[in-house]
Amino acid sequence: MAFDKMELGDIEVWDGNFAAAQALRQSQVDVVAAYPITPSTPIVEGYAKFLADGYVEGEFVMVESEHAAMSGCIGASAAGGRVATATSSQGFALMVETLYQASGMRLPIVLNVVNRALAAPLNVNGDHSDMYLGRDSGWIQFDAYSPQEAYDLNFIAFRVSEDHDVRLPAMVHQDGFMTSHTAQGVKTMSDDTAYGFVGDFKPMNDMLDFEHPVTHGVQTEEDWHFEHKARQHNDLMTKVFPKVQAAFDDFEKLTGRKYNIVESYDMDDADVTVLCMGTSVETAREVAKEMRAKGIKAGVIGIRVFRPFPFEQLKAALKGVKAIATLDRSSPNGTPGALFNEIAGALYNTDDRALLSGYIYGLGGRDLTKAQLVDLYTELQANVDAGKVTTQLQQFIGVRGPKLAFL
Amino acid sequence: MLEIRWHGRAGQGAVTGAKGLADVVSTTGKQVQAFAFYGSAKRGAAMTAYNRVDETPIMNHEKYMEPDYVFVIDPALVYTTDVTINAKENTVFIITTHMNTAELVASQPRLEGKEVYTVDCIKIAQETIGRPIPNTPMLGAFMKISKMYDIEFFKESMHRILGKLPPKIVDANMLAIQRAYDEVK
Repeated sequence: MAFDKMELGDIEVWDGNFAAAQALRQSQVDVVAAYPITPSTPIVEGYAKFLADGYVEGEFVMVESEHAAMSGCIGASAAGGRVATATSSQGFALMVETLYQASGMRLPIVLNVVNRALAAPLNVNGDHSDMYLGRDSGWIQFDAYSPQEAYDLNFIAFRVSEDHDVRLPAMVHQDGFMTSHTAQGVKTMSDDTAYGFVGDFKPMNDMLDFEHPVTHGVQTEEDWHFEHKARQHNDLMTKVFPKVQAAFDDFEKLTGRKYNIVESYDMDDADVTVLCMGTSVETAREVAKEMRAKGIKAGVIGIRVFRPFPFEQLKAALKGVKAIATLDRSSPNGTPGALFNEIAGALYNTDDRALLSGYIYGLGGRDLTKAQLVDLYTELQANVDAGKVTTQLQQFIGVRGPKLAFL
Repeated sequence: MLEIRWHGRAGQGAVTGAKGLADVVSTTGKQVQAFAFYGSAKRGAAMTAYNRVDETPIMNHEKYMEPDYVFVIDPALVYTTDVTINAKENTVFIITTHMNTAELVASQPRLEGKEVYTVDCIKIAQETIGRPIPNTPMLGAFMKISKMYDIEFFKESMHRILGKLPPKIVDANMLAIQRAYDEVK
């Protein structure tokens, strides 16, 4: 292959964006079609620079919008290449129509979503509004809590997404600024090791295979549409998790870094637990340890794979817990919150239904402080002691003005 | 855990300085974190950047910080922002100014009773690098006050980190670091 290899230190101080850009380079992505948007821009900028400097053999397609960016990715993926891009927030919203095309056409595109709030009011900072907007789009959604994980999960995403039994696109999420622009030590793989894990791209039904002509992007009405959608859902429900687990296992053998579909921390004997995503998982882990020193048996659950939703894994992870707080970093706009609803669904038919309360926090990048998490765990312990939820079911953390609570 | 807050203006290199420091510290086997508060800030707007250093992996992602050190790399920010916010009893301030420490504290009563050191990073940067980019000299001053690393080791590390810049600029930065190390009081 006509490109140079890059010498990396065993540990590099990278932010989440640069870590993701390096992963795209090491995966030797063939085509990136992209339109820049804060805070994800440095990912595609990084790929473009690696390409210009001869470190990757591929093509960078500059387009006029995010809708066009994903459309370009769909075309390139259908043609038969390894394809990736990145976006955030408003750009993600503009992509939504094409996201459903990509998953329905079973194209293994990897999309780095650097999570950011949705306007209005306009805000460039991190929350999970865009991630939640994508949750019915038929994509696999991985969530990174740190730059290291943004790096690692990209390789895992290509591996799972491109598997011929899966053939579904995958998003790798990281928190805008809190991960994307925060530099931390990242343990690297050599170019050969990283590429070896992802492997050569193996085309399937590629349009450029002229010996075997195929049609992509067809119309099906009531005669076949339902079967296509049902089969896609079936594959998400039954085929993805075994492949994700296999990729996690192989990745651990290769690097020693262990990932789980649901991450459990200090959960063996936990009475109270916080369930969340993104950087908040790591902050909560620190606070849980501090709560244990004060005699409260605190744990943390982090969702690593948000779609398909790990219904069974969460049921198992939450067994025996007495009080759970779900933390949703997106305005639910008229419902308790996505994680609250999903966890309620997962636990409703179990014997030991824990006390469940939901919290909305961190919108538009609002800080989640350790002090707030201490209060939260204390409140959960009060629920356990009282044997019932002592607060309203939906509360807000860190918002100014009169206390907001509903339900 | 060692925590540092930088006060600067967008474009003065506080983020680059914070990441550069993180890079040096990381090579010594410690865990690092460097981040900043961004908004749609344009060049010249007041901004803050942050470092965390620890022996064990840093999992705290809260933006709230009670810093051990405060770096101020623009002289006017001492008056237009509260550089003492969330400070601890023993927080150390290293401030860019043309004044000496007594004059500075007299001009900003908030600094009274605090451990304050002064150095003119702007002037040093202009005289060495030729541009008012006060980030690397601030790190030179920090090495003197904190005794974190031997200055020669620190300069060697920064030489490697700045390696992609033209050699003339790298050499000028080395001079700037050394001068701030020598001149901070």
